[in-house]
Amino acid sequence: MKLRYLVIALIVLSIVSLFIGASSIRIFDIFSMTELQTQIFIQSRIPRLISIVIAGASMAIAGLIMQQLTRNKFVSPTTAGTMDSARLGILVSLLIFTSASPMQQALTAFVFALLGTFVFMKILDNIKFKDAIFIPLVGIMFGNIIGSITTFFAYRHDLIQSITAWLQGDFSMIMSGRYELLYLSVPILFIAYFFANKFTIAGMGEEFAINLGLNHKQVVNIGLIIVALVTAVVVLTVGVIPFLGLIIPNIVSIYQGDNLKKNLPHTALLGAVFVLFCDILGRVVIYPYEIPIGLTVGVIGSGVFIYLLLRRRQYA
Amino acid sequence: MIKIKNLTKKFGEKPVVKDVSVHIQKGKITSFIGPNGAGKSTLLSAVSRLIKHDIGEIFIEDKEIKKWKNNDLSKKIAILRQSNFLNVRLTVRELISFGRFPYSQGRLTEEDWQHVEEAIEFMDLHDLQDSFLDELSGGQRQRAFIAMVIAQDTEYILLDEPLNNLDMKHAVQIMKILRRLVDELGKTVIIVLHDINFASFYSDYIVALKDGKIIKQGPTDEIIDQVNLKEIYDMDIPIRTIDQCKVCVYFA
Repeated sequence: MKLRYLVIALIVLSIVSLFIGASSIRIFDIFSMTELQTQIFIQSRIPRLISIVIAGASMAIAGLIMQQLTRNKFVSPTTAGTMDSARLGILVSLLIFTSASPMQQALTAFVFALLGTFVFMKILDNIKFKDAIFIPLVGIMFGNIIGSITTFFAYRHDLIQSITAWLQGDFSMIMSGRYELLYLSVPILFIAYFFANKFTIAGMGEEFAINLGLNHKQVVNIGLIIVALVTAVVVLTVGVIPFLGLIIPNIVSIYQGDNLKKNLPHTALLGAVFVLFCDILGRVVIYPYEIPIGLTVGVIGSGVFIYLLLRRRQYA
Repeated sequence: MIKIKNLTKKFGEKPVVKDVSVHIQKGKITSFIGPNGAGKSTLLSAVSRLIKHDIGEIFIEDKEIKKWKNNDLSKKIAILRQSNFLNVRLTVRELISFGRFPYSQGRLTEEDWQHVEEAIEFMDLHDLQDSFLDELSGGQRQRAFIAMVIAQDTEYILLDEPLNNLDMKHAVQIMKILRRLVDELGKTVIIVLHDINFASFYSDYIVALKDGKIIKQGPTDEIIDQVNLKEIYDMDIPIRTIDQCKVCVYFA
């Protein structure tokens, strides 16, 4: 697959996305929009598109970095407790600061996501049985434990409803003024690109990294910080998007290999295209209502995931 | 020169390498031999700073290993271990280019690529350079990793059982390459070997370990001797000379 095709797909789907919705704005209205149409366009359609593209690209890259650093193709923010920890962080911020600003929430979510991921990495270090499937299972269990803690405290404090909102990724609530936090992940993704070669080397193992004079621990920590930051921001603004960080990097790896520097642009674009496609699907299927993105990505993503699992068995 | 002085390494309470002292000469192949669990790989890992030793000193060019900066050391000494990073899909060329990391931190210059090309040339990997590592056979993969080490352009090259899982043809091919590294490029090679005959045929110097201690060291010709081998391996190994090379007949 060429980068060019992904760019074209992204542009086409973006245009489609801008002109789909409950109130009709057609593409040739663009120069003669009514005031209401302009408002919908600027307040809702464009923010939605931007947030889809950023969230899709960010989560795919977060998954890619995690897979590289853990040397396991099935580890991602959803299968390592990162997302669940971020959600717990949001709950804690709601409990501590009665009216937490988005920045406070993001920071708490980030700290929790980072801690959760570090705990997972520690568990990983202590597992003797390093089977490719076993490790993500441990991560999912770990995530569910954190999830249940979140639910328990949310229940005690009557916050179940607010916290479930973050469980299911949803772009329909995205409006200008409520998504800008997502922009934070753009510079972070550039930093990821800057470190790409180091992540690849770290992914070859600690000994391999030492041999090439790389500070393995430091590079892993930087990677995990990037992952936690991006995840926290996405969970906070959009909610949990499952499977994305899992399947996109795997698809790219199949046709491109594992050279991170080469893969990052592909992974980012494919992630954005995939989420955009799922979002459009979710908005069309029961038009004029819509299905939340968490569900469409979940259904399509789990299908792709099963395919990847079976494929792996074939090649193992 | 690498000088190891009174080196001891413990795993938990158990010493694996005990009070080992050895000088490694430049421009030679030195083989570490000995039975399983003798501490050969541990010694090699300590010399290449993959593990930290407990007692004693390791001098690389008259500077203690702990005083070296990690990045500087990676321009001086390269270690290749039998590892299982087969789930990483890189092309041969990409892998080799990572050998230049200590010099370029990932942004390769014209000169770096020159080194990569030379390594590909030296290892005869032209036809395979765009293949993925997981598509190669064991021997081809080993050659790719050695090419990376050549691109790393270090004076010392350390290899931990480089012949593992290779058939006869590829094992010989790898040993010949190591010989060429020393004879043509002037490198210093240290290898952990299991097959005593490869050590006999290809190395200049042999260090024999047993139970964490050095029990014999010297030029290959001196060490390959029935009395010595009895002491090292607890086996009676007859030695035959074929074409001026000593062959150890350890099968019966």
